[in-house]
Amino acid sequence: MPQKISTFVLSIFKLLIKNKHKIGKFMSNVFTSSIGKKLIMSITGAFLVLFLLFHMSMNIVAIISPQGYDAICAFLGSNWYALIGTLALAGGFFLHIVFALTLTLYNRKARGNNGYATSVTPKTVEWASQNMFVLGLIVILGLLLHFLQFWYKMQFAEIIGHHQSMLGETMVSTTSGSAFIAYYFSNIIFVVSYLVWLTALWFHISHGFWSALQTIGFNN
Amino acid sequence: MKFKIKIWRQKNAKAKGEFVIYDIDNISSDTSFLEMLDILNDKLISEGKEPVAFDHDCREGICGMCSLFINGEAHGPDTQVTTCQLHMRKFKDGETITVEPWRSAGFPVIKDLVVNRGAFDKILQAGGFISVNTGGAQDANTIAISKEDGDESMDAAACVGCGACVATCKNGSAMLFVAARVSSLAKLPQGKVEGSQRAKAMVAKMDELGFGACTNTGACQAECPKSISISHIARLNREFLTAKLRD
Repeated sequence: MPQKISTFVLSIFKLLIKNKHKIGKFMSNVFTSSIGKKLIMSITGAFLVLFLLFHMSMNIVAIISPQGYDAICAFLGSNWYALIGTLALAGGFFLHIVFALTLTLYNRKARGNNGYATSVTPKTVEWASQNMFVLGLIVILGLLLHFLQFWYKMQFAEIIGHHQSMLGETMVSTTSGSAFIAYYFSNIIFVVSYLVWLTALWFHISHGFWSALQTIGFNN
Repeated sequence: MKFKIKIWRQKNAKAKGEFVIYDIDNISSDTSFLEMLDILNDKLISEGKEPVAFDHDCREGICGMCSLFINGEAHGPDTQVTTCQLHMRKFKDGETITVEPWRSAGFPVIKDLVVNRGAFDKILQAGGFISVNTGGAQDANTIAISKEDGDESMDAAACVGCGACVATCKNGSAMLFVAARVSSLAKLPQGKVEGSQRAKAMVAKMDELGFGACTNTGACQAECPKSISISHIARLNREFLTAKLRD
């Protein structure tokens, strides 16, 4: 089975290398267009949704078995495969934000300087679809809090060679994810913050996922 | 019926515009919105004032010439009609009605309620056609086209190019207009021949003329007087991306 997977991955790489000129040409001439920029939003967005599914599966384990969750944290940690994943994720996130900013500024300019005195939003238009940028900002804010509380004290601590982190007044292992969850979510302020964060994320994806399919051209 | 009409007045493209409120009385509920503006203009002319400039032509809902953003909606509160097919019975007696021109960077105001929609012509000139030698009309059914394809093509071809989509879109995007043109031709064998070239050329022109990108809110299809579906935008995206991949 592992042999089959490695041959499959190798064949994909071979295909990419064989068509490198074609791909390069496509990249250079498609992404200058408005639809091309949106294609990047779609692909990176879909990639981030896949990560969320992965993250959610891990969190479900935490509900069933705290020990199981800690085992997953230990398995990932700062191992090479987790670091590659993190880097790819950061790259996807970076592109998603950069192109979101580019497109938002471009669209603002296209709307023009003169707004309407009165304007009615049609009933069929979903609220989330008109507020993706603001929702995205809330997602980033929540992410910063999450990084500070979890990532910085877990994976990052391991990267810089620590095996323990301060959690309140006690030192805990960087791999005991369940202890982190128990500590932070005993505080109602953090519980509410995370709920706000996840609600914003839900609305962002409720439009984003469908929108990504529409942009790639999957409709009818 | 009587109304207070709050209208955007702007002397020319460069002048700073402002709203002016006009009182109008004795309007029959069966008067169309444009006829109401005609009556208002007659009154203004008789008072020696400058009449309100607005676009109109066929007044049958098929030419796409009329525009107007009325009470916050393109072509006013009625659905699936152009402004010329909107009647005063859709408003309350004594209501203040706000009338504004289409607003977007792609459609600059020329005067009062008239905007320059020449950008749409430029987009069409970039590829919204098929190159065939004209001659005698072909026999019907010489080229077999399935009912589904024919229907979809005709649905897209219903676009009158009024620009309500651009006026409504929060991004001033012309994607629904371009999609309708690309889609109506892409669904027919005659249009397929130049399909790739068309999608690329029209999207490039649309971007060049300063129209925004689509965020798939669907506001355009809700305000479109011909109810053109945004599924045509998905087809345009498909046509465009596959054309770029083939390059």
